[in-house]
Amino acid sequence: MRRNHILIASAAVAAVLASPASAHRQWLLPSTTTVAGTDEYVTVDAAVSNDLFYPDHFPMSPDQVTVWAPDGSVGKLENPATGRYRSTFDVKIDKPGTWKIGTQRSGVMGTFKVNGEEWRLGGRGRPMGAPGAGGPGAQGGAPARRVENVADIPANATDVKLVETLAANYIYVTADAPTKTVFTATGKGLEIEPITHPDELVSNEEGQFRFLVDGKPAAGVKVTVVPGSKKYREAEQAQELTTGADGVLHVKWPVAGMYWINASAADAKPSEKRASERRMSYTATVEVVAP
Amino acid sequence: MTTSKVMPALSLMAPALVAGTMAAPAAAATVSITIPRVNVAEYHRPYVVGWLEPAAGGAARTVFVWYDVKKAGRESGTKWLADLRTWWRKGGRSMQLPADGLSGATRAPGTYQVPLPANLAPGDYVLKVEAARETGGRELVSVPISVPVKKGGSASGSSELGAVTVR
Repeated sequence: MRRNHILIASAAVAAVLASPASAHRQWLLPSTTTVAGTDEYVTVDAAVSNDLFYPDHFPMSPDQVTVWAPDGSVGKLENPATGRYRSTFDVKIDKPGTWKIGTQRSGVMGTFKVNGEEWRLGGRGRPMGAPGAGGPGAQGGAPARRVENVADIPANATDVKLVETLAANYIYVTADAPTKTVFTATGKGLEIEPITHPDELVSNEEGQFRFLVDGKPAAGVKVTVVPGSKKYREAEQAQELTTGADGVLHVKWPVAGMYWINASAADAKPSEKRASERRMSYTATVEVVAP
Repeated sequence: MTTSKVMPALSLMAPALVAGTMAAPAAAATVSITIPRVNVAEYHRPYVVGWLEPAAGGAARTVFVWYDVKKAGRESGTKWLADLRTWWRKGGRSMQLPADGLSGATRAPGTYQVPLPANLAPGDYVLKVEAARETGGRELVSVPISVPVKKGGSASGSSELGAVTVR
């Protein structure tokens, strides 16, 4: 759990959080979502790339990943390794029920001005200390006027424009019969309440998920649904969908396979007082089997 | 899924044995399943499962499941039961295996007879047989039947299963 953790932005994470329009997609890909018995492992690839699930850009750091077991305990990542294009890790699925594996990140980013000079909060690069604490941006010449924490914004800052970001990215793995404990809503940010369980999706049955913001059904959430393996067919077959008035997303699956689901919502209810906007995203990779 | 667990429910137990040891009621029906010979370099006997679903919907009842019952150790034979993906969702994932009277070893190509449970409530059902083969394919065959079985029924797979006949 890395909530309330100011984003230490790797280039990859920044790409996803800072510009939702960016095509770079952050994904986790489990070797399977369904195992028989409690002696099995899943092995997971994690990366950031345009095409799903084709790693050709940046790995996702396994350090960001948390494992939630069905009984509420925190599980363990084993054998983490980071390659050029993707990282991998294993998780021993040693308890029956549905596990959640992934990342939960939150942060505040934005801009402000000090003496007419624009500064950044969060984002890429190394922080250069607070304004006035030394010559900001003096070395290198790159846009280095950057601080890492909200608390580093000086009192005389003007034009403070901050955005709070919450981003979750999960996979779900089930040993034996599926359970729903890992879907218990925290009531904070964008979450899903499964109507169809993510680990029992079938290509000839509609998938249904209720999206919640702060625990309440969220209408009008934009959701992108993309099947993997575009390389082996003509069309990407991505769907741009929206949740209904009841917060429910209805998904038809054009093919069986692994799907990347990415939902985003924004409002003006940040928990950080100095921020004016809150951007939330929920991402999941789900497996849709053939009937 | 380990072998040491106690059987969860009597309803899962031994319909085949019961039917075999008692005088067979007139209504008792039999399903015959043909496992085809597949001409490939690497052949493994398929995992095969049969179950009944009420035609109007409801809980599935497993009739037989043939898998690598004896394989133990780090990768036990139960590991690949999830490859019988439809059955797994319909209830296989909640069963404790092996189960007396239901589970058995994988079968070589040939035709096998399995009695349907003698205590089925009258009504319409669909008998489903699913096969999944290591380094091979997977197939599901459905045969609608009415209990008590008067007419029977038959359907055939095209790759992993041959004829499935209830009579």
